Amino acid sequence: MISRTGDMTDTLKISNLHVNVGDKPILKGVDLEIIRGETHALMGPNGSGKSTLGLAIMGHPGYEVTDGKVEINGENILEMDADERARLGLFMAFQRPIAIPGVKMADFLRHASTNIRRPDRKEGEDLIPMREFRKELREKMGQLKMDTEFARRYVNDGFSGGEMKRAEILQMAMLKPKFAVLDETDSGLDVDAVKLASQSIAEIGREKMGILIITHHDKLLEHNTPDKTHVILGGRIVETGGPELAQELHQHGYDRIRAAHPEAAAEDDKMKVETAAAG
Amino acid sequence: MPQTETATGFTTETFEAFLASRDEPAWLTEQRRAAFAAFGELPQPNSSMEEWRRTDIRLLRLEKFAPAIERGSEASLPEALLTSGVSTSSIDEDELDQATPLVEQMTGVVSEVDSAAAQLTLAGQSTALNSHSVTSELTEAYASQGVVFGSLDQLVSQHPDLVQKYLFTRAGNPRYDRFAALHAAFWSGGTFLYVPRGVKIADPLHIQSCITPGGADFGHTLVVLEDGAEATLLAELSGGEQAGGLHCGGVEIIVGQGAFLRYVNLQNWDKSVWHFAHHKGLVEADGRLQWTVGALGSKLSKVNQHVALVGPGANAQVNGVMFTEGKQHLDYHTLQHHEAKSCNSDLLYKGALQDNSRMVWRGMIKVDPGADKTDGYQRNDNLMLSEDARADSIPGLEIEADDVICTHGATTGRVDDEQIFYAQARGLTRNEAIRVIVAGFFQQVFDRITIPSVREALGHAIRRRIREYE
Repeated sequence: MISRTGDMTDTLKISNLHVNVGDKPILKGVDLEIIRGETHALMGPNGSGKSTLGLAIMGHPGYEVTDGKVEINGENILEMDADERARLGLFMAFQRPIAIPGVKMADFLRHASTNIRRPDRKEGEDLIPMREFRKELREKMGQLKMDTEFARRYVNDGFSGGEMKRAEILQMAMLKPKFAVLDETDSGLDVDAVKLASQSIAEIGREKMGILIITHHDKLLEHNTPDKTHVILGGRIVETGGPELAQELHQHGYDRIRAAHPEAAAEDDKMKVETAAAG
Repeated sequence: MPQTETATGFTTETFEAFLASRDEPAWLTEQRRAAFAAFGELPQPNSSMEEWRRTDIRLLRLEKFAPAIERGSEASLPEALLTSGVSTSSIDEDELDQATPLVEQMTGVVSEVDSAAAQLTLAGQSTALNSHSVTSELTEAYASQGVVFGSLDQLVSQHPDLVQKYLFTRAGNPRYDRFAALHAAFWSGGTFLYVPRGVKIADPLHIQSCITPGGADFGHTLVVLEDGAEATLLAELSGGEQAGGLHCGGVEIIVGQGAFLRYVNLQNWDKSVWHFAHHKGLVEADGRLQWTVGALGSKLSKVNQHVALVGPGANAQVNGVMFTEGKQHLDYHTLQHHEAKSCNSDLLYKGALQDNSRMVWRGMIKVDPGADKTDGYQRNDNLMLSEDARADSIPGLEIEADDVICTHGATTGRVDDEQIFYAQARGLTRNEAIRVIVAGFFQQVFDRITIPSVREALGHAIRRRIREYE
C-alpha cells in the first residue's frame, strides 16, 4: 500500500532501467533513488538520455521500458498509465510543453488538481468548487508573480518559451507532487527568469518534494543546491557526487568524465551518430 | 410508418388532397401549384450534379412519406435542448445554482464563463409535431408592440398581406432544386416571426419541431426583422426515433436595415431521418445576422445555407458545430454572397467525426461586381475521432470586385497523442483528456456563440456522443 500522506520517507527508486525509443536503446541500465525532500541534479551532454529518463518515469507510451523497474515506495509503477502515476504524486515539467487550444489554463488545472488531490475520483464526479479553486490559483499566481490573465489563456497555446516554463512551475505549485522531474526547465529562460523559476521552486517547498532537475547548465541549481548530482553518459549514470560535481561540469565540461568512462563515452558517441543518421 | 389509411407519396392525388385540407388564400394555392409543377419538372438529384456528387440519396423512398394532411395521433414532444436552464416563469434559485457551464457539461471542467442561461426567459414559443402546430405563445408585451410570432399556417389567415409580401419572394427559391420545390409545394405548420421597425425583443423566442417515428416535417420558417429591430430565435428539430423520417424544410430570413438577428438552428433528428433543407438569410444595409448551426442528427443531411449581404455595411457571422457518428452522412453547402459593398461575412464550421461517419462541407464566398471593400472569411476545421470517418472540406472563392479581403482555410486532423499524454501526465484519464481536447477544439466556435443556453445545449449534446477513443 502506497502512502498518500505526507510521509517524508516516500521514495522514488529507479533500478536497472532500460528504455528503447523505437528499436533504439537509449537507457541502458539506470539506477537512481530519490527520497522525498531531496533535490537531485541529472546532467549530461545532449542526447545522453536525460529527457528519455524523465519521459519514461512519467509513462510516455513512445518510450518502451525493456528492463528494470521504477518504484514509488516499493510499488512498480511501470504498468500504470501516466494519469495513475500523476495521481500517485509524480509530476514532470516538460521540456517542450504541449498546447491544448481552446482549453483554459484554469479549467485544465482545476480538473488536474481535483484528480491529483482525490486520486480515487471517478470520471464525472464533482470537481473542486470553482470559488475555492480560483482563490487558490490566484494566490499561487501572485506568489509566482504571474499575471492572473494567464489563467484565462489556453493551455500553452501561443505561449512564449519562458511563459511555458513558468506555466509548468505554476502547475507544479498547484498539484503539489511528491516527486517532480524538471526537464530543462531553465532552457529558453533568461537570467532573471531562471532566478524567478528557482525561487519559485524554493517557495513551493523544496523540502516537501523529491526533485530531479534535468539540466545542462547549473543556473537552476544556484538556488536549488542539489543533494546529489548524477552524470549520465551513453545511457548510464556514470558518476554521482555532490553539488561540487555540477559546478565542475558547468565550468569544465565533460572531458574528465569522458576520459574516466571511455566505454560510456564510446556508447554516447555511437548514439549521437545514430541520431544524426536517423535525423 | 403511418398506420392509418393516409395516402403516402407526393403525387397529384396527395397534393390535391393536401390543398383541399387547407383553407388558404388563392395566391398561396397558386404558389404551391407552381412549386408542385416544378417538383415534377426538376430532375431527381444524382451524383452527376456537382452539388450532389458526394451525397447519394438513391436509398431515399419518398413514396413512404405522407404530406401533412391529417393530424396524426398525438405524441408528446421530447424535451427541448436549447431552453435548458431557460424558464418562462420567475427564476428559481435552485435552478440558478444548478446551471452548468458548457465546458463542465462536456468535460467536468468549469469554464471561467459563468452560466447566465438560467436568467433567461422566453419571449415566445412555438411547437409543431409532424408539421402540425401544437402550441404557440407570444408574451403580451411584444404582441402589443406589433410583433407577430407563431404558426405560419395560422398566421397566413391572420396576416395574409404580410406573409404574401415575404413568403418565397425574396429569400426562398422553390426552383433551386427538387427538394426546394417539394418543400414549397407541401410546407405546413412552420413558424412566422415578424418584428416591426425598431422593436427590440430582449428574450429569445423558441421553436421546436418534432416528428413521430416515420413522420415527416415540412416546416417553413419565415423571419422578418424590419429596420432597426432585434430578436433572438432558437430553433430545434428532433424526433423520428429509429423508424426513420423525413424533413424537407426551408428557412427564409430577412434582416432589415440596422436590424440584428441571432438565429440558432439545431438539427438533432434521430439518426434514421432524411434531412433536406434550404436556408437563406438576407441582410440589408448595416444589418447584422449571427447564425449558428448545430448539425448533430439525421441519417443523411443535405443542407444549403445561404447568406446574402444585400446592403452596404451588412454583417453576417456564421457558426457551425457538427458532430457525426455511426454511419451518418452530413453534407452542408454554405454560400456567403456579397452583393453590396463594404459588407463583412465570417464563417467558422467545426466538426468532429466518430465511427464511419462522413461530413462534407463545401463553402463559397461569392463577391459580385461592385461589392468593393468586401471582407469575407470562411474556415472549416474537422477533428477525426476514428480512422474510418471521412471529412471533405471544399472551400471556394468567386470574386468579381476590387479591393476585397477574402480568406479561407480548412484543416482536418486527429486528436494528438502528445496532447493526450500531456493531459494524462497532469492526472486526467485518457477519456477525460480526449473530452477536454475535443471541448477545446469546439471552444473557438463556442466563444463566438453569445447565447449561454445554446453553448450549453451543444456542449451537452456533444459530450453525450463522445465515446471511448481508440
